[in-house]
Amino acid sequence: MKLRTIVVAAFTLSMGLAACGGGAAVSSSAISYGPISIWYSNNAQEITWGEQEVAAWNRLHPTQKVTGQQIPAAQSSEEVISAAITAGSEPCLIYNTAPAAVPEFEQAGGLVPLNDFPGAVSYIQTRTGPLASMYKSPDGKYYQMPWKTNPVVIFYNKAEFARAGISTTNPPLSTYSEFLATAKKVVSSGAAKYAIFPSPSSEFYEAWYDFYPLYAAESGGKLLVENGKATFDSPAGKAVAAFWAQLYKEKLAGNETITGDPFADGTAAMAIVGPWAVADYQGKEGSAKVNYGVAPLPTSNGNTSYTIPTFSDAKNVAMYASCKNRGTAWDFLKFTTSVNADGKLLTITGQMPMRQGLENLYASYFTANPDYKDFAVEAAHVIECPDIPNSIEIWQDFRNAWSKSVIFGTSSPNSALASAASAINKLASGSSSEP
Amino acid sequence: MKLEAELPLSARESRVTRLARAVLGRQPIGLAFGAPYALFIAVLFAYPLGLAVWMSFHRYFFTAPGVSVARPFVGLANYRAVFADPEVLRSFLNILIFLVINVPLTVGLSLLLATALNAAIPFRAFFRACFYVPYVTASVAMVAVWLFMFSSGGVVNSVLGPLEPVPSWLVNQNWAMPSIAIYVTWKQLGFFILLYLAALQNVPKELYEAASMDGASWWHRLRSVTIPGVRSVTTLITLLAIIVGANLFTEPYLLTAGGGPNGKSASPVLLMYQTGIEQNHPDFASALGIILVIGVLLIVGVQRLLQRNQT
Repeated sequence: MKLRTIVVAAFTLSMGLAACGGGAAVSSSAISYGPISIWYSNNAQEITWGEQEVAAWNRLHPTQKVTGQQIPAAQSSEEVISAAITAGSEPCLIYNTAPAAVPEFEQAGGLVPLNDFPGAVSYIQTRTGPLASMYKSPDGKYYQMPWKTNPVVIFYNKAEFARAGISTTNPPLSTYSEFLATAKKVVSSGAAKYAIFPSPSSEFYEAWYDFYPLYAAESGGKLLVENGKATFDSPAGKAVAAFWAQLYKEKLAGNETITGDPFADGTAAMAIVGPWAVADYQGKEGSAKVNYGVAPLPTSNGNTSYTIPTFSDAKNVAMYASCKNRGTAWDFLKFTTSVNADGKLLTITGQMPMRQGLENLYASYFTANPDYKDFAVEAAHVIECPDIPNSIEIWQDFRNAWSKSVIFGTSSPNSALASAASAINKLASGSSSEP
Repeated sequence: MKLEAELPLSARESRVTRLARAVLGRQPIGLAFGAPYALFIAVLFAYPLGLAVWMSFHRYFFTAPGVSVARPFVGLANYRAVFADPEVLRSFLNILIFLVINVPLTVGLSLLLATALNAAIPFRAFFRACFYVPYVTASVAMVAVWLFMFSSGGVVNSVLGPLEPVPSWLVNQNWAMPSIAIYVTWKQLGFFILLYLAALQNVPKELYEAASMDGASWWHRLRSVTIPGVRSVTTLITLLAIIVGANLFTEPYLLTAGGGPNGKSASPVLLMYQTGIEQNHPDFASALGIILVIGVLLIVGVQRLLQRNQT
């Protein structure tokens, strides 16, 4: 009996100790051609676009078949991709790669530098223009192809603005004081419970939809971290924090978690969203129809232009390390980012391809769909999450400080920004909070 | 001569048989029945636990297969980092608050309700089903209902009127964790009632009759017959409730929007998810996990010790 117990225990222990093994050597896959698989977003319009592109490619290249599928469901795409990299089960290309997650995928050895392909750098830079430099990693290589952007602006509910006695064609939203006065009018008139309702969640990425767009506009396009130093402990950062803090303090912005979309259901009269939302609020996706208007982001001194910097909310394409037929993957990547494919992406999804001169190139589309024209202008003025070490940890630290000081008002926003900047400077230099 | 030659062989056979019996037992087929579960434990429990222990003593991050990176031994550095992190310490305090509210509530309410549902009351099957429904319903759906009920304009505050907390429950620094504890109590109650109902079937009816004949009140019968009669299940329920509390993730993630406000409802497992999965620091997350496992084992050990002394 005892011997049996020892044998079983030894087996179990050996399984536990086997966990301590090391890895094998790196294998480099030569550029070759053949079947590949890709993932795209589970957004209905992007699925349509993806399926059409895959079908078009497969008709032309029967020996290099591409298999497309939606990215597997999880709490976030980044989590799925990260797990797939670790397991070596990721596809060749993922058309849903968040720029903020790229540094960690790089660190994991999960990405293929696109510079490996002849003419790739020139292709990326010619297509995207000067904005491409934001997607270059610290080692000078492109691990992601800038693909599409959703420049965020202010959407407002015209019916609720009308009930509050606010102009529905040119609402006063250009300065912080105008925005606050409009917000007060909306709430005090009972037109909506809240003026605006960005998600108050502590998730690291929520900062991209409240702080970051307004900071981009107020600072003239500064990234969160530049040259290894946090930039937001500055007059621009403090002005944005004070503006949001006042919205929360006066209950013009909601700080409770709610289910659903507060702008779509009328709980909030304004939202910070990108062109992806147009189809939703036009009721094309089975969601509630909202009679909305669009305004550019406010700044403390006033802004009425769509050339003001904003957050890109971009999703890019990256090639992953498990890919064997990289030649096909690169050719397919070029095929799906051609002028023709970008035009289809724009037409089907309403999202802006990261391509120079959108307005002229697709002039007929913007004439037929004027709702999208302002986004095309903004697309040339977006800023991105910086490509730096510990990117997610940096955004989480920032979000924690923001949540504490601005959303829940338990500390001074200025001191919270200062201490977050100090912590982020250490992380940006490459040293983690962990050993 | 022939017999002499066979003797050593039979002796050898006997030794082999004895050894085989010692290893495989008298009924080797039992091993075949047990093997799938042993394999399950080894692959899905022992191996990950071993890996977690190893990671917690090394500098480790997830990499693609075949990528060779240095994973230096860092001793207790990950553990020191865990104990130096104020958010982690806060999360342990949060779990303590959770357990102090959730465990007694779970044990007390499930025993009371099981006793009531064990009695001959009208619509007994209906009530049993009602208490069980939250347990089998998806947490995400239940969370949506609670978000609606406990929001500032929700049903609960409408009933409370001027007594409503400001800010409302789930964004109130003092009420966020107790709200989660109450939610989890309600959600898990059906399962624990079921355990108690099963245990109550085994309490001899003669004991209740004898107690009644001696003039024992309802309270005395509960204290002197029911509670001692279901003591083993109480131990199990306490244990399970502690484990549920230590593994808390969905509720702070969804109900209080990522452990808010200001980390006042963050749990260690939520922080493990953030640091290990989102931020790719599985070494830190593993150290936190190992501390959590040790903490739970200690609490359970103390609880069992106390229970044994009582018995």
